[in-house]
Amino acid sequence: MLAVMARRMAAALPTLAGVVVVTFLLARALPGDPAAYFAGPAATREAVEQIRAALGLDRPLHEQFLLYLRDLARGDLGVSITTGQPVLHDILARLPASAELTLLGLLFAATVGITLGVLAALKPNGWLDNACRVVATLGVCLPAFFTGLLLIYVFYYLLGWAPAPLGRLDAFSSPPPYVTGFFLVDSLLAGDAETFVSAAQQIALPAIALGIFAVAPIARITRGSMLAVMGSDFIRAARAHGLSRRKVVVAYALRNALLPVVTTLGMVFSFLLGANVLVEKVFAWPGIGSYAVEALLVSDYAPVQGFVMTMGFLYVLLNLAIDLLYRVIDPRVEVAA
Amino acid sequence: MTDAAALAPAATARAAPPRVPVLDVAGLSVQFRTRSGTVHALDEVSLQVHRGECLGVVGESGSGKSVTAYAVMRLLDPAARITAGRITFGGMDILAASEREMADLRGRELSMIFQNPRAALNPIRQVGMQIADVLVRHGGVTRAEAPARAAALLAEVGIPDPVRRAKAYPFELSGGMCQRVGIALALACRPALLIADEPTTGLDVTTQAVIMDLVLGLARARGMATVLITHDLGLASEYCDRTAVMHAGHVVEAAPAADLFAAPRHPYTAKLIAATPQPGRALSDLAAIPGGLPDLRRGDLPACRFLDRCERAEPGCAVPPLPRHLSEDGRMVACRHPL
Repeated sequence: MLAVMARRMAAALPTLAGVVVVTFLLARALPGDPAAYFAGPAATREAVEQIRAALGLDRPLHEQFLLYLRDLARGDLGVSITTGQPVLHDILARLPASAELTLLGLLFAATVGITLGVLAALKPNGWLDNACRVVATLGVCLPAFFTGLLLIYVFYYLLGWAPAPLGRLDAFSSPPPYVTGFFLVDSLLAGDAETFVSAAQQIALPAIALGIFAVAPIARITRGSMLAVMGSDFIRAARAHGLSRRKVVVAYALRNALLPVVTTLGMVFSFLLGANVLVEKVFAWPGIGSYAVEALLVSDYAPVQGFVMTMGFLYVLLNLAIDLLYRVIDPRVEVAA
Repeated sequence: MTDAAALAPAATARAAPPRVPVLDVAGLSVQFRTRSGTVHALDEVSLQVHRGECLGVVGESGSGKSVTAYAVMRLLDPAARITAGRITFGGMDILAASEREMADLRGRELSMIFQNPRAALNPIRQVGMQIADVLVRHGGVTRAEAPARAAALLAEVGIPDPVRRAKAYPFELSGGMCQRVGIALALACRPALLIADEPTTGLDVTTQAVIMDLVLGLARARGMATVLITHDLGLASEYCDRTAVMHAGHVVEAAPAADLFAAPRHPYTAKLIAATPQPGRALSDLAAIPGGLPDLRRGDLPACRFLDRCERAEPGCAVPPLPRHLSEDGRMVACRHPL
């Protein structure tokens, strides 16, 4: 298993190199002049030029790239012009908020999607199958930020069930002691039920807004895969051996049907990383998505670079995790690899 | 009949007079509704199997052998409809049983071995676990005892190093080994009836004989009734006590295996024997059977579905009903002009 992991890590290196190059070029291709922004509206031409030189922006592109690589090797992602803090520091401080939100959104999507998919497959063209189709289509049609606004309108403004969409905790709670950075986990570790409830209330709507969008692909893949597996010989054989319906559906069919679903989860997660940016903005969520958007609006290169690179790394890590998960579910993969 | 007695067919068979069949299929008709019309897959199929007996069901692909087997297991496709007939197993009316009663019966009293052994096993579950699942479901075996029992069963079907093999996945085993696992699964709870649906079709010839000897050896040793479904008349004549020949959803002839092979009465049986390789006869003597099965979606199927392929056919053969002559020597032939 360790050797497999090492091999997979090594295979991920070219991807990461690609991420590094693309982030560099992407940031340079963005419109706007960071030196001008940094100097402020009242600055003189000389001041702007001075800042440009200080930032290394007056040098040729390849030199800038080498400087960039050197800084990366030192773990220096640059300094955010907006916050005045090192980007690495900002991102590490904000990443847990994004990760918690995205993972919870994925968990919500996977739970709902797989359940709906299985139920739909057990009675194809039944009322549930059709209902599932409608919900799934709607989920795909509505962009996550719109779903987010809709949820806020209904559950906060109209019904008053949800707290104000203003970040990770209500005004009366303070963050739990830092262990994982996930407030839900840390508050439980600290035995602080009040903070846990507050964190859960705050995260529920954004996680659902994010997840709804991903329910559809997961449900559709689960349904199709489950239908195919339920029609296969070994399911008929399992029934011929008298295994209970529950055993046949869950232990035999679903586990086999999950293989393509796990693959889809990886793809869906990358959608979610993208949708995250807007959902964070809507819910004033202090994650890296809203951080990147704010930086982008003022041509603050370094945070955008750092954000894209973090996303790239996360995506590579995620694919690695999915590979390993696949191996756990399917014993045949080991041989094929 | 009380439920308790219905669920213990072996006991019933012992108490009852010896000629009460374990399985009695009477006048079974099955249709499939498809987009291109209704398929009349089975038409008044009748079969009996007694305790300790092996019945061969022989016919070409599409003759309804497997449909009959799945009807007995009550595992027919949702598109299938049983339009007539009765299936009695150990005194229990299979067609009237609840889904729960069937699930209790399957794998415990009524078992099945499948055609493609590897496809019939869960690809991502260790074979020992799959046997354990069946044992825990029916055998009153706890999860803790199950692995040892599963290994013992694997040893019984002649798998060497059973403790290690129990941890293997189907893709790590040969076809023959997979079929042994299939046999172990089917026989785990000592069923009263075993249906073997072309158990050797996907295997090479040497493995075929080994598997057949294993299945029928175990069946005889346990006094099980066995239904061997095969397209191979030679195989049926070698291993079975009685043989039923199926053609296009009809049982056209049923007789003790030796009699059937020595003196077929239905023209189709005769042609089937002429098409079966035998020792001492050149392969060039094999006679192919002309024509194919009639389209079973036709609304105007003739009474005898073989008449298009039959030299003895007369216009009268198409007129229903299809005669089913029973003779004193225990033979049945469904033909107006038997040989």
